[in-house]
Amino acid sequence: MEAIEIVLTVNGDERRLAVDTRASLLDVLRERLGLTGAKKGCDHGQCGACTVLLDGRRVNSCLALAVAHQGAEVITVEGLADGDDLHPVQRAFIEEDGFQCGYCTPGQLCSAVGMLDELKQGWPSAVTGDDDDLGDEPSDDEIRERMNGNLCRCGAYAGILAAIKEASR
Amino acid sequence: MNRVEGVAKVTGQARYAYEYPVEGVCHAVAVQADIPRGEIIRVDAREALALPGVLAVLSCEGAPELADTSDYELALFQSRTVAYRGQIVAAVVAETLEIARQAQRLIKVTYRPGEFDVRLTGTHPGLYRPDKVNPAYPTDTGQGDVEAAMAAADSSVDVTYTTPALHNNPMEPHATLALWEDGDLTLYDSIQGVSTGRDSVAKVFGLPPEQVRVHAPHVGGGFGAKGSPRPNAILAAMCARAIRRPVKLAVTRQQMFSFTGYRTPTIQRVRLAADAGGLLTAVAHDVVEQTSRVTEFAEQTAIATRIMYGAPNRGTSHRLARLDVPTPSWMRAPGECPGMYALESAMDELAIECGLDPIELRIRNDPATAPESGKPFSSRNLVACLRAGAERFGWDGRDPRPGIRREGRWLVGTGVAASTYPVYRSPCRATARVGPDGRYTVAVAATDIGTGARTTLTLIAAAALGVPVERVTAEIGDSALPPAPVAGGSMGTGSWGSAVVLACRALRRALDEHAGAVPDTGIEAYGDTAEELAGQQDFARHAFGAQFAEVRVDTGTGEVRVSRLLGVFAAGRIINPKTARSQFIGGMTMGLGMALMEESVMDHEFGDYLNHDFAQYHVPTIADIRDIDAVWIEEDDAHLNPMGSKGIGEIGIVGTAAAIGNAVHHATGRRVRDLPIRIDRLVG
Amino acid sequence: MRPFVYRRATDAQGAVATFEAAPHAMYLGGGTNLVDLMRLGVASPDLLVDVTGLPYDQVEETPGGGLRIGAAVRNSDLAADAAVRRSYPVLSQALLAGASGQLRNLATVGGNLLQRTRCPYFQDVSKPCNKRDPGSGCPAREGEHHNLAIFGHSASCVATHPSDMAVAMAALGAVVHVEGPGGPRRIGMPGLHRLPGDTPERDTVLEPGELIVAVELPALPYAARSRYRKVRERASFAFAVVAVAAALDVADGVVRDCRVALGGVAHVPWRAELLETTLRGAPATRESFVVAAEAEFAQARPLRDNAYKVPLARNVIVGVLEELL
Repeated sequence: MEAIEIVLTVNGDERRLAVDTRASLLDVLRERLGLTGAKKGCDHGQCGACTVLLDGRRVNSCLALAVAHQGAEVITVEGLADGDDLHPVQRAFIEEDGFQCGYCTPGQLCSAVGMLDELKQGWPSAVTGDDDDLGDEPSDDEIRERMNGNLCRCGAYAGILAAIKEASR
Repeated sequence: MNRVEGVAKVTGQARYAYEYPVEGVCHAVAVQADIPRGEIIRVDAREALALPGVLAVLSCEGAPELADTSDYELALFQSRTVAYRGQIVAAVVAETLEIARQAQRLIKVTYRPGEFDVRLTGTHPGLYRPDKVNPAYPTDTGQGDVEAAMAAADSSVDVTYTTPALHNNPMEPHATLALWEDGDLTLYDSIQGVSTGRDSVAKVFGLPPEQVRVHAPHVGGGFGAKGSPRPNAILAAMCARAIRRPVKLAVTRQQMFSFTGYRTPTIQRVRLAADAGGLLTAVAHDVVEQTSRVTEFAEQTAIATRIMYGAPNRGTSHRLARLDVPTPSWMRAPGECPGMYALESAMDELAIECGLDPIELRIRNDPATAPESGKPFSSRNLVACLRAGAERFGWDGRDPRPGIRREGRWLVGTGVAASTYPVYRSPCRATARVGPDGRYTVAVAATDIGTGARTTLTLIAAAALGVPVERVTAEIGDSALPPAPVAGGSMGTGSWGSAVVLACRALRRALDEHAGAVPDTGIEAYGDTAEELAGQQDFARHAFGAQFAEVRVDTGTGEVRVSRLLGVFAAGRIINPKTARSQFIGGMTMGLGMALMEESVMDHEFGDYLNHDFAQYHVPTIADIRDIDAVWIEEDDAHLNPMGSKGIGEIGIVGTAAAIGNAVHHATGRRVRDLPIRIDRLVG
Repeated sequence: MRPFVYRRATDAQGAVATFEAAPHAMYLGGGTNLVDLMRLGVASPDLLVDVTGLPYDQVEETPGGGLRIGAAVRNSDLAADAAVRRSYPVLSQALLAGASGQLRNLATVGGNLLQRTRCPYFQDVSKPCNKRDPGSGCPAREGEHHNLAIFGHSASCVATHPSDMAVAMAALGAVVHVEGPGGPRRIGMPGLHRLPGDTPERDTVLEPGELIVAVELPALPYAARSRYRKVRERASFAFAVVAVAAALDVADGVVRDCRVALGGVAHVPWRAELLETTLRGAPATRESFVVAAEAEFAQARPLRDNAYKVPLARNVIVGVLEELL
């Protein structure tokens, strides 16, 4: 086995550790750094439960090899709140009951935060029309399409949609 | 009320089974059989054991003996038999997950393969009549003469529907963390019932239950798949005992299609006969389904037909084929869900035959008492749900002609179906405690698998104590707490809540005796529902509902979009509207998946479920869910439990697929009788 | 997963040289498919050469009026690129029709082209598959294939190529720039991917060690009006059952030129050349589109359970072309 030393900045803290080249970023977060917020739902990029912000962008951490992200800045669900002050998306998920079992929730939250940023940058989605204004308040269809990579088997989608709308205001 | 564990869940602090930090924990990975039937000749683990970091390999060769092997699925490595493809035949434990996974592929198992049969058909030569259907219903029922009524009917339908195998697929894969200490076993397990789970695990290891403790404070969904301990729990414990260190094991998503249960495929013949006035003269529902060679699971597919509609001539039956497949198990509303798909689709077909509105047909045949048993209903508000839903949905004035509403490339249609689910309750105990600080704690070995149980029990306790919810904490998810039934059968809140109410009432009495003064040690009181349950009057207790769907079908591609979905339910008193609505909608969402996309495809050549991941087994995404809502009719039913509640976890999935299928027919004129309604069944 | 050595390359020559030093090396892009396959045991490299740090992360306009897209450009960046959206909307739409936002943020252009089939047998190492294990057989041919190929399949493989992006690039006649042990070369699409024939283990014409460094889109002014339409088994986040990339150039009611490529129907992004030939010079009407599509599907050879893809794909093609009128 080859181990490589890497440095990651996770939720603002610099973490230095030697990792197995085979280790996913997800497993490093969960098994090595004690950050079990990001979840393993499929381990193949098909459910989104492992979503974190990697250098500011939402990604499936199960498919990211930790060694390939030397020096990266990672934000997990544990890093979304400012101390006890929850991120607006977190608050809205509680208020709109955007989860039930909670297992997909960390991925939904990180995905939503990343997605709102993508909207802000004017990135289109598959449902964006040529003349659509991706301004302040995204349409329901925009949110639905952009959150397609985060499965929720409890079926909390109605609450998730409402929560993201609320948080985007 | 918002979920009391909401902050923990949105900040990543809520820990699930695999996530407890334990010093020196090792990782186990399961090895699966790649033949569907046969004998293991040899397990060659030499290469795996030679790998640095590998601590042990367990298999039928030299595996520790288990005390009880009556449950084949849990009797790991106790024989050389392979009864289905994907059965666990070995396990490897290593210092890290990466090493364990590498070693998993180095274990070579050789087999003597046997002839196998994994194909369910309606005419399977091995079909047999089980003694009962899950959990303890009669297999067959019958009254009058269905054949004669069919022959004499003014209108009738005789149709066969099929539903595929479905996998529960909770988002959290089954996982267990096992620790042995002085012969005592502690499990952090992803399970729906800690008390029953503890008892099952204790039995397998031949331990008294008090030497086993199961923790499950947060469970990432289950939908029945975690209703009892799955092989992961036993395997983690066996591995931990073998290496004398804590071991954790998470089932992979792919493995969940093999040994964590699923809904049986069904082949259902429904016969309905009606007179000129649309009154049913016969109702018959005959089901064929599968079970495994090693354990019988007989889904109670036709039982809802026994209580839904009145008719003098009636019959239900269940026949099983024993196949070389994993054992089917509970999946959200086992029985009612596939059974009501067939019955409620057939009712739609009959309405068309009769020239009646499908709501009117159901109203005309709403029985005054339970049709087969003659028992009075404790409450039955199906008609009220249908009427309220019709108004809210805008059903009145619906043109029944199919295939005539076009919006651009879409054909539009609407459909309705009824829902029902029985009200179960099991004995349960709870304690209620008050401390000198005036804080109250109720404790019961309940589990919150996403239902909102922790929140609901807090509300129930606060109401029973007459104190603000802020002063109440509900302790659950630990088998050391007063024993409780599983979170299943939609009976959690009813069972646990009843015990909590009894405990709280006892605490109030105790407080009165202390004249309100709480000693430094606090006061604790106890509740047990066994007696109250035994004294219950004989009623037919069921929740009912009505579901309305509007679909759009692309005429060129056969793509179906459910543009509106409305459920109206009558389920007793709703204790926490916020989480209840989520439960109903969640069930409906899963029902939408069943209608349009979910399907576990049996690989007839190799004998397992072929499409075993989330890229191939499609569940609804947020993009599939459009305008969806659930509302309810308040019921005041004194014959249920101290809260007056019926279960709500399962009824939401019952009827959804029929409502959508009926809407697809209304949109297109095509009656798809085989789920899911895939595009290849509509295109062209 | 077998242990492997990880090396990060900084230039193409270095990447190729590192690759050549190991018997079972592979290039690592975003990893969204490769890591997936390694975890399944389908791919087991002994060396991963990470090429995401190579200086190929730009989208640049070429002197000829086209675009040169670096192979390390992430799918999400390419989909959002203003020039792509303006001049080749079909490409942006194809990218956005694929995968999820998270996956697009990781996936690279080069990696997307080299995605492997999602045929269920290919992904399950406990079962035979000629693509994964040459000579072991193709259970899909007689087994579960309702979402597999209708064009160009062989006795040994009936898989489909999963990429959406590649379908749009095939329609646009993209040119793939490659560096390799034998020096640089260019491969015109759809010629990058190959039909399975007797050697389905080879998805593309790339030789071992060859590395995609860029994709060039030639100028195609009428592609400013182009479309991608994907049909799948749920509303979003699923591989195609059938997908169509199309661009149409109409003058005075007559089709001057057109580009149509199909996804989900073959081992390659399927350029509908017969359709294009039939349509050129024909009146730009629904009737012509139907005739041209029928011409293309005359050569389709559906399997037992996927004949529905013929009317489905035909309807989608006609619908998309009508929308482009």
